Amino acid sequence: MIAFIIRRLLQSVIVMVAVAAVSFTLFRFVGDPVNSMVGQEASIADREALRDSLGLNDPIFLQFGRFIGNAAQGEFGISYRLQMPVTELILQRLPATIELALVSGFLAFVVGLSLGVYTALRRRGVMSNIIMTGSLIGVSLPTFLIGVLLIWIFAVELRWLPSNGRGDVVSIGDWWSTGLLTHSGRLALILPAITLGLYQMTLIMRLVRAEMLEVLRTDYIKFARARGLSARAINFGHALKNTLVPVITITGLQLGSIIAFAIITETVFNWPGVGALFINSVRFVDVPVMAAYLMMIALVFVVINLIVDLLYYAVDPRLRVDRAGKAH
Amino acid sequence: MTKLARALTLSVSAAALALAAGAAQAETVRWARVADALTLDPHSQNEGPTLALLRHIYGTLVSRNVDGTLAPGLATDWQIHPDDPTIWVLTLREGVTFQDGAPFTAEDVVFSYERVLHESSGFRAIHADVVGAEAVDDYTVHVQMTGPSPLYPNNLTNFFIVDKDWAEANDVVAPQNFAAGEENYAVRNTNGTGPYQLVSRDPEVRTVLEAFDGYWGDAPQVTEVIYQPIPEAATRIAALLSGEVDFVQDVPVQDIARLEQTEGVQVVTGPENRNIFFAYDASSDTLRSSNVDDNPFSHPEIREAMALALDRDAIMQVVMRGQSQPSAAPLPPFVNGWTEEMHEYSAPDYERAAELVSSVYPDGFSVQLDCPNDRYLNDEAICQATVGMLGRIGIDVTLNSQTRSLHFPLIENWETDFYMLGWGVPTFDSAYVFNFLVHTREGSYGAYNGGRYSNPEVDAMIESIATMTDLDERNAVIAQIWDQVMEDRVFLNVHNQLLAYAVRDGLNIDVHPENSPTLWTVTVD
Repeated sequence: MIAFIIRRLLQSVIVMVAVAAVSFTLFRFVGDPVNSMVGQEASIADREALRDSLGLNDPIFLQFGRFIGNAAQGEFGISYRLQMPVTELILQRLPATIELALVSGFLAFVVGLSLGVYTALRRRGVMSNIIMTGSLIGVSLPTFLIGVLLIWIFAVELRWLPSNGRGDVVSIGDWWSTGLLTHSGRLALILPAITLGLYQMTLIMRLVRAEMLEVLRTDYIKFARARGLSARAINFGHALKNTLVPVITITGLQLGSIIAFAIITETVFNWPGVGALFINSVRFVDVPVMAAYLMMIALVFVVINLIVDLLYYAVDPRLRVDRAGKAH
Repeated sequence: MTKLARALTLSVSAAALALAAGAAQAETVRWARVADALTLDPHSQNEGPTLALLRHIYGTLVSRNVDGTLAPGLATDWQIHPDDPTIWVLTLREGVTFQDGAPFTAEDVVFSYERVLHESSGFRAIHADVVGAEAVDDYTVHVQMTGPSPLYPNNLTNFFIVDKDWAEANDVVAPQNFAAGEENYAVRNTNGTGPYQLVSRDPEVRTVLEAFDGYWGDAPQVTEVIYQPIPEAATRIAALLSGEVDFVQDVPVQDIARLEQTEGVQVVTGPENRNIFFAYDASSDTLRSSNVDDNPFSHPEIREAMALALDRDAIMQVVMRGQSQPSAAPLPPFVNGWTEEMHEYSAPDYERAAELVSSVYPDGFSVQLDCPNDRYLNDEAICQATVGMLGRIGIDVTLNSQTRSLHFPLIENWETDFYMLGWGVPTFDSAYVFNFLVHTREGSYGAYNGGRYSNPEVDAMIESIATMTDLDERNAVIAQIWDQVMEDRVFLNVHNQLLAYAVRDGLNIDVHPENSPTLWTVTVD
């Protein structure tokens, strides 16, 4: 078990270094940060001096080595754009993104699950067909468009919900802020959460439906029916329970991508999360923030995958038996 | 029914607003624009949104009116020293206090000079001719220049004054140094003499300012300012339409007509201090991107043909939807040196232009046009239109449009043959254009002279106007330089940008040529 964990951890470190290397090479194609850092009056000599002092003229591997060394100590430097420590900037923005991701993930799971079960049980119902057709919108319309559409209907025309921002937030401790405790904060969360969760919701719904249909055909369900169990006990007690394992796995893995792909939703709704921070940093070629953000996203994925692997190891006896067999 | 209901709601809320305003005399303006100030340090970033926000907190010695003229600020008077033309004598306003209560005196101005001239300052180049400042008494400062600089007060409109004791107490005697890796106290804390003081700031989310009761000028009608950057254009406009913000500064050209039709919202437009032009390399022997062996731009015929082919009115009507002032003059109209003659342009003559091109290159030629796509109003679309126009006269142009951080280094490093650039003139004088765009690139000159234009006679004239004290004589030389530059067709100017602000009804705001609105001058109906 310990050997397995160590092996996994080592692999994770390699993945992180690889991500750092790839992103670092990409930064060379984003442009010149010095140009956005100085005014148009700055002379070429001044620009060169700034480039020198930032170490941008050093060979790329030297810059990379320095970055890895600092990153290992959790030190990402000062943002070229906002002049604040990068770690602090990201930590300040992270609660907004995590809150949005969790709420929309929860929404997607609950609504997706209910609709999936409903459409599986009432396969030929009119309502099911409407839901299935409607779910195509969630899959095919780009997030950007959905967001703008929702803003138009609910903020501009009906004026029920705010079009942008996070509303009032309450600080909890030094590092966390939440909008869930204020009325305006909850209102502001509705539209972005729906926009971000719509795709996952339709995904989960279709997955649950397909799994349910599969399970409902199996012998043990037929047997349960033959025994005269109530429809409710069969559908929820046996069928649904057996569809949940893959659904939970997918939902867990999707949480990572919700955090990573919140960028578009955050941009449309001006949501002050890390995604919006990243986009603004790309425009400015704010290399320290971009690097730290990509490392953070890589870390989220690595940690989630690590947990999933460990869970499999704990849950699935075959993995252990296999290893034990090989050892002999 | 719904219309009626909405009208009713509107009038009720308007009445409620009026009541509230009457009761507390408090007026809040929620101000949205595309980007946030990068820092609150007054001497760190010479950048539009940063200057616009800081202007509300920090005072300047001289300020700029909406029509481009100078007005007294913290200095009530500025004169050239009667005995020494290299010294500017600044008379300071008495009775001004900083927001922490400290009095404003000459020593603060001297200290601000030291700070703005520091190595890590972003404004060093603007004060490049300053040797140093000296306090003569509490309200008089002598600024020693390297030579006579008759127009130097124009450079004072973005020079913010900080309190010496405050800066020393908080260890911010120098602006942020990026390489040091530490955050400067002044990045998030302020102490100015301006009409507003900082209440709270969450970078890129919200900055709240309230009127400073110790302000030396008239108390502003707008007592609270909430500044919110909203980068996404559709969201920004939606926030205005839904009543969540009162004032949107960066209105996309395509939304102007619709906003003008919208009840409760008005659009104000005005010329910006920024002209958009093309420039090309006419000096090199060959081009990087052309299919011919010599340099097509070195032929006067080709340059003339390009000028004849550029349909500025079509660009104004189709691409800019009326939001531009077409002009052949490569400088904004309120800048000293601008003339009606330079501005005039003729209708395109494609036949004549095509003849000119085929007289040199019977089969035409190809070239690449480098263009930014996120810097100026509809920059990429202007380039696309131009590609089509030049295509009609036998010039096969490949468009390379990319983000600003990739585009500008091309000009800086001389890696482009033909490019678009927009230029603002913060000093409102032609010398600024000459220094950066016309003079041969050497030392601090010619940083944006991407076309490699080099004319020793013009260079000598440019250097001579820097120290001329007789303004009439100086203007004559400026006219001479422009004659030469226009004759050589160094620039192919397209237009001046217009700025559009959208505000809710009841707020009266002027469009500022430097796109730096002043909320303390806003009046409320």
